[in-house]
Amino acid sequence: MDTHTDTDTAVVAGAAGFADTVRLDAAAWDRTGVLPATVVTDAGAAGLLARDLPRRYGGADASPAAIGEATARIGAVCSSLRALLTVQGMVSAALGRWGSAEQRERWLPALATGAAVAGFAATEESAGTELAAVATSIEPSGDALRITGRKRWVTFGATADLLLVIGRLDGAPAAVLVEGDRPGLRREPVRGQLGLRAAQVAHLDLDGVRVPRSHLVAPAGFGLSHVAGTALDHGRYTVAWGCVGLARACQRAATAHAVERVQGAVRLADHQLVRATLGRGHVAVTAAEQLCRHAAQVRAVRDPDAVAATVLAKYAASRAATRVSRDAVQVHGAAGCDPDSLVGRFLRDATVMRIIEGSDEVSELHLADHAIRAHRRSGAAAPARPGPVAVPS
Amino acid sequence: MSVSILRGMSDSIPAGAARPADVAATVRAFLAEAVGDAPEPDEDMFARGTVTSLFALQLIAFVENTFGIEVEPEDLDFANFRTVNAVTAFVGGKRAATSRG
Repeated sequence: MDTHTDTDTAVVAGAAGFADTVRLDAAAWDRTGVLPATVVTDAGAAGLLARDLPRRYGGADASPAAIGEATARIGAVCSSLRALLTVQGMVSAALGRWGSAEQRERWLPALATGAAVAGFAATEESAGTELAAVATSIEPSGDALRITGRKRWVTFGATADLLLVIGRLDGAPAAVLVEGDRPGLRREPVRGQLGLRAAQVAHLDLDGVRVPRSHLVAPAGFGLSHVAGTALDHGRYTVAWGCVGLARACQRAATAHAVERVQGAVRLADHQLVRATLGRGHVAVTAAEQLCRHAAQVRAVRDPDAVAATVLAKYAASRAATRVSRDAVQVHGAAGCDPDSLVGRFLRDATVMRIIEGSDEVSELHLADHAIRAHRRSGAAAPARPGPVAVPS
Repeated sequence: MSVSILRGMSDSIPAGAARPADVAATVRAFLAEAVGDAPEPDEDMFARGTVTSLFALQLIAFVENTFGIEVEPEDLDFANFRTVNAVTAFVGGKRAATSRG
């Protein structure tokens, strides 16, 4: 008996079932800018959070493929709920990989159940895509560390119980854990942003916040390249699959509308231009799915190319998501512009997904680097051929 | 194992089977791919300024995957990763510890 497969099946089915229960609520969450606390609790109880953690910490030890499909099921219903899965997974992955034994024992079980909601506080006013420019200071002060700085655009920053904060300690990039109830932490919720409106985004002000020295995650110097790097790699992976779910949902909605909507005695689906749109959408969704599956395969064997394969999947899937959601709005016409329109909401969300966890432009630089490495690997004299990541098996 | 297909490299070497010279050559070949041309044995490859922000994690995955070791939080010391010789010594130490355990 292959228990891993059984686990994977249960993880995907659990996410699909949960998605069904919240499908009709997501538009209201987006409108009010709030993901109800009960939903977070229920998501934890349903085993949606940190599902790839080892069992000893309360995780399901699910495979990358199962994590991906499960994330797509949630992404097909609500990007903000998907963002909860993403940020929880990011902080769990970083702690699971680089946290001390004490940090893992203390936090991973709470993250796995949702008893603690995580936030990843990296971006600053002058450090967005270029995270190496973070200026938040982490200063030794007796047995403690004092943290001072302003963090922006923290997903679930308004409600998070545990923040993974990136700053500088003795000039070196460092990562530190900050509980949400530490004195000196102020939260400024963001409202009405373009997309992910229910993801409780907040700007954070840390004014001399003190935490024990044992809250430092990995030595100073490794906070960005390794701790944040692991978090962002995991984040790109789940954002990619979330985009696949979003794109699938938009393609389904556009197809259903085109087949059912009749104007002037002609079905929309009988107009060639509409059919061509559906055809292009089918290609975009299928290509994104395959690149995400390829990323899942190389992640499962911990291939060194997995980081690059994940960048590729996220890049392609977020572009597919914007394209398919935009076309779906067009096919829906005025109905696509309705305040409660699923495809309209997803177009706004998809646009955000092309910026977070690596913008299109930065992804292109990484992908070019990968292409050049593949060229070196194959030998400069050999004829050009696609690199291994470019062709999903 | 599909890794060899994906990377065009040999499968993971069993613990204790590779000589330091083999480890160094394998590490050097990986780095040559990553940074453009092969670094000298004691050259600090991070000081070149040509590695990307993803390189550090790729290097970790490479040594784990290729040499069948696990890089743990307590192994995070730049002295272990800066040069070909440093990575070779680190891999040798981890493999010795693994085969003893």
